[in-house]
Amino acid sequence: MCGIVGLFLKDKSMEPQLGALLSEMLVSMTDRGPDSAGIAIYGAGDGKHSKITIQSASPERDFAGLDKDLGAKLGADVSLVAKSTHAVIEVPTAKLDAAREALAELRPDVRIMGSGDVIEIYKEVGLPADVVERFALAKMTGTHGIGHTRMATESAVTTLGAHPFSTGPDECLVHNGSLSNHNNLRRELKRDGMKFETENDTEVAAAYLSNKMAHGMNLGQALEAGLSDLDGFFTFVVGTKDGFGVVRDPIACKPAVLAETDRYVAFGSEYRALANLPGIEDAKIWEPEPSKVYFWEH
Amino acid sequence: MPTVDLAKSTLRELNHALHNIKDGSNETAWEVVNPKGSHSVAVGVDAPVKVDVHGSVGYYCGGMNSEATITVHGSVGPGVGENMMSGAIFVKGDASQYAGATGRGGLLVIEGNASSRCGISMKGINIVVHGNIGHMSAFMAQSGNLVVLGDAGDALGDSIYEARLFVRGKVKSLGADCIEKEMRPEHIELLAGLLEKAGVTGVKPEEFTRYGSARTLYNFNIDNADAY
Repeated sequence: MCGIVGLFLKDKSMEPQLGALLSEMLVSMTDRGPDSAGIAIYGAGDGKHSKITIQSASPERDFAGLDKDLGAKLGADVSLVAKSTHAVIEVPTAKLDAAREALAELRPDVRIMGSGDVIEIYKEVGLPADVVERFALAKMTGTHGIGHTRMATESAVTTLGAHPFSTGPDECLVHNGSLSNHNNLRRELKRDGMKFETENDTEVAAAYLSNKMAHGMNLGQALEAGLSDLDGFFTFVVGTKDGFGVVRDPIACKPAVLAETDRYVAFGSEYRALANLPGIEDAKIWEPEPSKVYFWEH
Repeated sequence: MPTVDLAKSTLRELNHALHNIKDGSNETAWEVVNPKGSHSVAVGVDAPVKVDVHGSVGYYCGGMNSEATITVHGSVGPGVGENMMSGAIFVKGDASQYAGATGRGGLLVIEGNASSRCGISMKGINIVVHGNIGHMSAFMAQSGNLVVLGDAGDALGDSIYEARLFVRGKVKSLGADCIEKEMRPEHIELLAGLLEKAGVTGVKPEEFTRYGSARTLYNFNIDNADAY
């Protein structure tokens, strides 16, 4: 079991509430996934800077002076906002790739959770309510976001085993289900140069999508390809800079509910996650079809 | 008329109260408000009472129901009426996966659509769906009747035993050993009765096609030994 929530706002006036609404949805899915939780949130970008979300087991040591060290290395202004075990670094967009490389050298123990113009990813072990509190997620604003509560089946309960997984710049994936061919796929993807941090099946799905997109597919095509190459159970929710998408495997035994109004599109593993959204009484509510890619974009 | 507000009472309090209705009690009509997707609402009721649930519920609503008439004024999550014994459940909205799974008796009416595996392993229940049903419905269905006014998804009635399936719309595909069968007068009569009980009007039994078991999987065919 796992829980997934997602909220994609059409009405800009709701953007200040995004973090609060998504946090409540996430906490409502605690009994589907009490061992860890995570959230990817798409905030505002200024068009000139990009964000890198990093994580460290020793944040006091790793984050201290990192903005200055990285700035000196890149020859650019760098800002860093630390939140518990995570920090968001902002660098000039032109320096994003250089910054990712420099981070590996300057702070080898720091893990990159994701990067892009607007995405921030926070995930940790512990109850969803504690994860929400730790990163002050309820205060965050943004255009859309996805969240996940994990009940681990395929790999250990660790920060890096929690979802969302980054699949590329401003892209992420969360998963409810289990893949049975992940070991074989991991071997094939490694041969094609993909790097892995965990034994987790969802990380393989994320790397698979990144790999397909690196070979020229768009996200929709990559998800379609995944329907035949990924063996197992999945309800996936993906986030991109401008949109979010949903796809379920052909058997579709992992639950999913979608709701749409003039103001938002919302996803929940169960209706409970949607029950307190404003205007839910008048929303169009349905269960996404198996093997069908749904996508909304701003 | 007792009303239970699930914003104030726990689910356990509701179900405990429903399980403790004494024979001859005058509390025969119950209202449940603010379910907000709660699981296991009105599970295991064993008394001839009415329960009206105002709002949508989560998993297993009305599971194991015996004698009660439960109406959900909203949609239901997976497993509504699972292993129902008797009585009736009316769902005004849609139903998620495996509605009426393993149901042994009673009537389950879904006024919207039902999703995958509707009536899986049904064992005597009657299910009437006003809309469409999803894939793998009536998988290994043993007895009872599944009536669908709309369309059916892939692999309808896979490995079916003796349940009867009546579909008015299109069937995307039939599962293993499920075939179209003729509508004889007794089937028209049966279907007319079920439609009436389910409150369906303006639809004639003659508009339906009957599906059932070809009975070729009942015994092992030695010619297939190589396949295993």
